[in-house]
Amino acid sequence: MNETTTYTTDLKSRLLSSFSQFEKELNGSISSPIHTLRKDALEQFDRLGFPTTKHEEWKYTDIKGLLKQDFDFAPTNNGVSTSVYDVQDLLIPDAEANILIFVNGIYQVGLSKIVSPSQDIIIKDFTEAYTTHASVIDSYFAKFAAYNTNAFVALNTAFAQKGSFIYVPNNKIVEKPVIIYHIADTSVGKPVSMPRNLLVTGKNSQASVVEVYLTKGEGTSFANTVTEIVIQENASLEHIKIQNEGSEAYNIGTTQVYQVRDSKFFSVTISLNGAIVRNDLNIVLDDQNCEANLYGLYMPTGKTHIDNHSLVDHAKPHSYSNELYKGILDGKSTGVFNGKIFVRQDAQKTNAFQSNRNILLSKEASMNTKPQLEIFADDVKCSHGATTGQLDNDMLFYLRSRGISLEKAKALLMHAFAADVVNQIKIEPVRHYIENAITSRLTE
Amino acid sequence: MSKDTQILENITQSEYKYGFETKIEADEAPKGLSEDIIRFISEKKKEPQWMLDWRLKAYRHWLTLKEPRWPNVTYPEINYQDVIYYSAPKQKIKPNSLDEIDPELRATFEKLGISLDEQKRLTGVAVDAVIDSVSIATTFKKKLGELGIIFCSMSEAVENHPELVKKYIGSVVPASDNYFAALNSAVFSDGSFCYIPKGVRCPMELSTYFRINAANTGQFERTLIVADEGSYVSYLEGCTAPMRDENQLHAAVVEIIAHEKAEVKYSTVQNWYPGSKEGKGGIYNFVTKRGICLGDYSKISWTQVETGSAITWKYPSVILKGDYSVGEFYSVAVTNNYQQADTGTKMIHIGKNTKSRIVSKGISAGKSQNSYRGLVRVLRRAENARNFSQCDSLLMGDRCGAHTFPYIEVDNPTAQVEHEATTSKIGEDQIFYCNQRGIDTETAVALIVNGYAKEVLNQLPMEFAVEAQKLLAISLEGSVG
Repeated sequence: MNETTTYTTDLKSRLLSSFSQFEKELNGSISSPIHTLRKDALEQFDRLGFPTTKHEEWKYTDIKGLLKQDFDFAPTNNGVSTSVYDVQDLLIPDAEANILIFVNGIYQVGLSKIVSPSQDIIIKDFTEAYTTHASVIDSYFAKFAAYNTNAFVALNTAFAQKGSFIYVPNNKIVEKPVIIYHIADTSVGKPVSMPRNLLVTGKNSQASVVEVYLTKGEGTSFANTVTEIVIQENASLEHIKIQNEGSEAYNIGTTQVYQVRDSKFFSVTISLNGAIVRNDLNIVLDDQNCEANLYGLYMPTGKTHIDNHSLVDHAKPHSYSNELYKGILDGKSTGVFNGKIFVRQDAQKTNAFQSNRNILLSKEASMNTKPQLEIFADDVKCSHGATTGQLDNDMLFYLRSRGISLEKAKALLMHAFAADVVNQIKIEPVRHYIENAITSRLTE
Repeated sequence: MSKDTQILENITQSEYKYGFETKIEADEAPKGLSEDIIRFISEKKKEPQWMLDWRLKAYRHWLTLKEPRWPNVTYPEINYQDVIYYSAPKQKIKPNSLDEIDPELRATFEKLGISLDEQKRLTGVAVDAVIDSVSIATTFKKKLGELGIIFCSMSEAVENHPELVKKYIGSVVPASDNYFAALNSAVFSDGSFCYIPKGVRCPMELSTYFRINAANTGQFERTLIVADEGSYVSYLEGCTAPMRDENQLHAAVVEIIAHEKAEVKYSTVQNWYPGSKEGKGGIYNFVTKRGICLGDYSKISWTQVETGSAITWKYPSVILKGDYSVGEFYSVAVTNNYQQADTGTKMIHIGKNTKSRIVSKGISAGKSQNSYRGLVRVLRRAENARNFSQCDSLLMGDRCGAHTFPYIEVDNPTAQVEHEATTSKIGEDQIFYCNQRGIDTETAVALIVNGYAKEVLNQLPMEFAVEAQKLLAISLEGSVG
């Protein structure tokens, strides 16, 4: 890594120096194996630095705006009492689910609600889980998310302490979804949070997890998240990530998925608002007959920048992946899509498909797309497609000739465009929530 | 399967046809690169001062640059001091007519299937033949001259038409553009120059044939094509080199300028020595090719068939500056054995209502790596820009790779950009269908590959298309999976 690909910033040095304070708050636990990893990750973060646009993975996303901010590394545990927060109006209505609420990165026991029996699923705050399930955490933590190549993953790993731990034992089917809310309360300053989530689904199990990122107030916030997901044999997981934060929220997150034989992963990523939103979704299909479905929808307006990176790594034969990402860009927003499909030499009989479709609504919006195939095996079927355009005039004309106003016709078509992704969400209250968010966006 | 593998082997075993070397005395510069060498080259070519200054400026800039490492290819470090930058076959006198050309040289080109004897040419192709660093002959000069078309070697152009050269050289590919373009600008030896005056439709195909002959030399040719308002020209380029164990460097620059309503069609059949089956030797082909549609309604079309070279690294591009201008790129890139190719195109939409079309067909066999890398960029003021890209890859054998790196950057909401890519191998059902009708597997593969590449081959001028089809079959001999 040469120097031009990294920024030298104040934020970096402040983060580095805050580590010793962080260590102090950990009390006795600095001798645990997890802390060795943290220290290693900190060194890696120091080495890697924040990437500039010269870095190929950050070619279209300039994080200068993020680095300028003077964030508050707020004192953590002994913060404000939970009853102060009134977040009910932000939540997804009518959702019968296990609910975990984090405010500025801190788990709010009083607001959270676990409904599923604990023999079916273990849902815990990461800090607490480390006292009860240390062996599970030690065997998976930081094993998959590469903190030696991605600076943000390294940063998160170094400060990994808070977040959610979800463990589904073998042969359990969890009916009720888990909804994890990460709310940035900007009334108390410019909060930074580094949620670290670990999701492990045992053999033949089934579960759904929803991550929701929201802001209270209109101020600046920064969330740097890492979610590691392990899907064991014949297990199936639905993972939905929703970002609908304020216009000054910076959200950079990596979801790292590891799949073994006969497992199924189903992912929907919805990004609606923020200053800079960056999603890295990396999936390793490390055995036969794995299936991964990736759906994404991004609808930036204003000056929002949304960057979706995905990597599907077919390491073994006979696996299947399918990806569909759609974007509607308005205002001065920019969108980035970079989808990679790797097919390793041994991964014969792989079927991998990828599609990225974009609509530009305004003159100042722009879209950068880079679908990428790297294929080292011959007996494969892989394809990708990417389009960038506008609403079809013929369709608009059809609707208008039937007496529908231009505005309504446009909204209708955009709804239909987004529906391909939104309809993939199986949890009804969540789907309605997204549909309503889109409707209010389109009728603004 | 084993039978298939056998057939596959047979096909890939075929030899490189143009691997011979002509024993001819050469006038060479000493090895290495320095300002003195550049002065030496410039002096050899009796260049004016401005040309030398331009070269030196490029050289000084080159010294500040680093060799790019982003292409998806690997090769050992090149020692730029171990290359001979100028080598010319010794000719006693400057030939005044084609009859005076050294018979040995003439024989070389005969052997390559290129006749310098214009009387015998039935095809109506004007040829500029370049061996190592110099152009040795240009045919049909007089006939073209009657129409006002200038078609000559770059050296002659610098001598006879300095105003044109000075105006256009480096205007599309500046000397500072990239590492290899800077190197080429400093040491370029020869190449073709072509100017089509206003409203003239060039009656015959213009063609340059490049041949590397001498050992340890690098070939650095520079081609400049200027099509003035409303003119049309179709240009062909072919190249071969002897078989050698060491790698030789080829770093060329091609610039095309199309004025209002002009059309330029540029076709290449690149068949440099690809190296042995073990991946030894072969040409490093690092080329910068770029055209600019300066005027409204102009059109530039690139067609390339890439079968040779150990490493290919080139992106023929079009800058669509004029309104309603059109850029096209048709490519078939075949890699076999240990060949590596990183090739594609750039389409930069600047003008309104501009259109571009990209059709790229990659075929990888053996242990080769074949990458498509392309950029489609629509700038803010490029209203109604339209692009369609299709890049397909065909894999033969389980040790080769096919990669696609398309970059699509759209800044205008009225643009319509489409990209699609597929990667697969030849279907067993397709082969079965042919077998069932009495076509053996090898012929079936040739048939399918030809069909796969047809869309591109159809763009080639007739004589070239036939040659390219044969070349495709030879390059892939033995690679049926």
